[in-house]
Amino acid sequence: MEIAWSAEEIAFRDEVRAFLTEKLTDELRASGAHMTSVYADPGHARAWQAILHEKGWVAPAWPVEHGGTGWSLAQRYIWQRERIAAGAPPVSPMGVQMCGPAIIGHGSDAQKAFFLPRMLSGEHFWCQGYSETGSGSDLASLKCRAEDDGDHLVVTGQKLWSTHAHAANWGFFLVRTATLDRPQQGITFLLIDMASPGVTVVPTVSPAGENIQNEIFLDAVRVPKSNVVGAIGDGWTVAKYLLEFERGGSAYAPGLQIDLDEIEQFAGEVRGDDGGRLIDDAAFADAIAQARIDVLALEVFEFRAMSDASAGRYPHAIPSLMKIRGTELQQRITELRLLAAGRYGMAYQPQAGVSAGPVHFPHADDGFVGPREAAIAPMRYVSERAASIYAGTNEIQRNIIAKIMGL
Amino acid sequence: MDFSFTDDQHQLRDALRGYLERENGFSARTASARSASGWSESLWRGLAEDLGILGVGVAETAGGAGGNAIDMMVVSEELGANLLVEPFLETSVIGAAALGAAGGREAELAAIVSGAMRCAFAWAEAESRFDPAAPATAATGTGAGWRIDGRKVVVTAAPYVTHLLVTARDSDEPVLLLVEADAAGLSLQNYPTIDGRRAADVLFDAVSLPEAALLLRGEEAIERLCDIATAMLGAEALGVMRVMLDDTIAFTKERRQFGQPIASFQVLQHRMVDMYMQTELATSAVYRAVLSLDAAPAERARAVSAMKVTVAGACRFVGQNAIQLHGGMGMTDEVRVSHYFRRATVIESEFGSADYHRRRFAALSRAD
Repeated sequence: MEIAWSAEEIAFRDEVRAFLTEKLTDELRASGAHMTSVYADPGHARAWQAILHEKGWVAPAWPVEHGGTGWSLAQRYIWQRERIAAGAPPVSPMGVQMCGPAIIGHGSDAQKAFFLPRMLSGEHFWCQGYSETGSGSDLASLKCRAEDDGDHLVVTGQKLWSTHAHAANWGFFLVRTATLDRPQQGITFLLIDMASPGVTVVPTVSPAGENIQNEIFLDAVRVPKSNVVGAIGDGWTVAKYLLEFERGGSAYAPGLQIDLDEIEQFAGEVRGDDGGRLIDDAAFADAIAQARIDVLALEVFEFRAMSDASAGRYPHAIPSLMKIRGTELQQRITELRLLAAGRYGMAYQPQAGVSAGPVHFPHADDGFVGPREAAIAPMRYVSERAASIYAGTNEIQRNIIAKIMGL
Repeated sequence: MDFSFTDDQHQLRDALRGYLERENGFSARTASARSASGWSESLWRGLAEDLGILGVGVAETAGGAGGNAIDMMVVSEELGANLLVEPFLETSVIGAAALGAAGGREAELAAIVSGAMRCAFAWAEAESRFDPAAPATAATGTGAGWRIDGRKVVVTAAPYVTHLLVTARDSDEPVLLLVEADAAGLSLQNYPTIDGRRAADVLFDAVSLPEAALLLRGEEAIERLCDIATAMLGAEALGVMRVMLDDTIAFTKERRQFGQPIASFQVLQHRMVDMYMQTELATSAVYRAVLSLDAAPAERARAVSAMKVTVAGACRFVGQNAIQLHGGMGMTDEVRVSHYFRRATVIESEFGSADYHRRRFAALSRAD
């Protein structure tokens, strides 16, 4: 057993730091550091992606032959930590992390040749069409229909919770091509040009007033069969593959540590209930310490998962355990942010941060009162409530683990 | 011992609830909150003229209904359930209590009853965190009256009220002063709050006031006023939580996944049981606080701080789980629980966070 990074890994970290110091503009740094949610705004994300593309660092998890970095899991972990610490915005995960792996694993040569380079360059900005009104946790019950019409599939239905669909030019969808005994059968993984006739994107406004998610209506949208990834009817396999592609490569602890650093710094600048600095307030200091302790445990848990995955071992409960603990800690840390914000945490000032989409609630156009950290705190707190709901609610994740435990 | 409401109180609750459902339903309320002014003048007039509710706590000699704290609690809870944005708490609870305690302010109390006067409570400062009795804003006696200098933060309703109730320091004592919103030297920076209300940071630059602007003097008078306000805020929270619990139960009975209503899943049933339990305990804490408002200062303050800690915890638990159990729908502006959740979040820290009141409770307990 060895918990420390190797000399090569530390050298890699220094290389990453040097790159970030050289390439991150102040504007990009601010756009990553002042996000009002976990989502970057598409404009800044694409500008940063262009810089990464030049360096060949857009897709840490992809194989080199498709334009990936060929990094080890440890290198990917280091990259993620350094990127967040430097305040760089995240590249949209919908293309590189979600659709890309599906095409790499199950796509045709023609699909790989056409889509992967455009995904890396950012020419194609992707969105996801999975959930439906009646199919959230029970995703396999989805009803959006694709009828066979010779060389085309004709798609009719409705999709929900599509992040940045309003900014996307391509979408990957799960559609139903057949109704069979098991709901997982008869689902097809389909790539749809968002400019196709019959595609309508309607904004969903979040409780924080931001339009990041969208509803997508599909009305007899004609999609060439050459856009089917994998076989018709085999979409569930493709969807599962893409979920497993990044196994061992995801980590919450780096971001959580940076969050806590920020909160501690802020708490050193504002007053606490006992008249001194907030960071010297015993109750607040205890809450920060507890969060740090919990993140330390999670960090080693993530190291262990990474180490297992590097050796080709993938304990089934790990992704669910990580999702539950990671999102619960994310949420608790937004509560600490809000606590630190004090009374200014009541003010609605999205303009003090960088929203990932148009803001629909009334707000001042420019300028804000109080510290920027306090203005961002309630936005993060409200937005982060989604973390225990999206990508399989934490209740569903616990059901999955219970099943794996043989209960 | 008796925790039942009188027939009059039941009637008051029913009349108010019916009126608000008709006149200030969820879409009407949200439209007012998102209008340019951020409130509804016609609703305010209706509360005064149709219901006489704005004077519920004002003495009959001043034209009010002469109601007691329990009447005010009933009204506050219903206004919470309606998610009313207009400044009832600031005007008819805080304003009426301050003017009533000052004595001899019948004309102003009558203006509260008629709806002509709207108040905002300017107590918080950037450096005072949640302590209401230690303002840095200076009130200086000028011989002819007062001069105020200072800055107040997140003053709810300030952009559209007629008067500000301002805490300030006169040498070493806190005081409360009544300031007309159009006074010279007063400037506002306006913005909305996360629960859809309007607020402002208010700068007092040599604002000059007549002698009669002074309403209250001394730490106990300010603490008492804040305790009354906090108790009624707690009552409002009960209404907010009631709607979140009811909506969550209704939604989970209707929403089907895996071939059955999600309310049939035991893990969600237990969650809703805990939401119910938290609401009931919060209700109990509010009753103790409201029934202690006329008790000795230390007993009153302990009951109110205990209540605020209990209510803040309940607001967080019920609010977060109302969103969680609504699933993705909870994360949209379409469902009303997302609006109630944000109000509950503001209530958590308004007039002091759970940490602040836990500390106050502990200090008061040690002093006994």
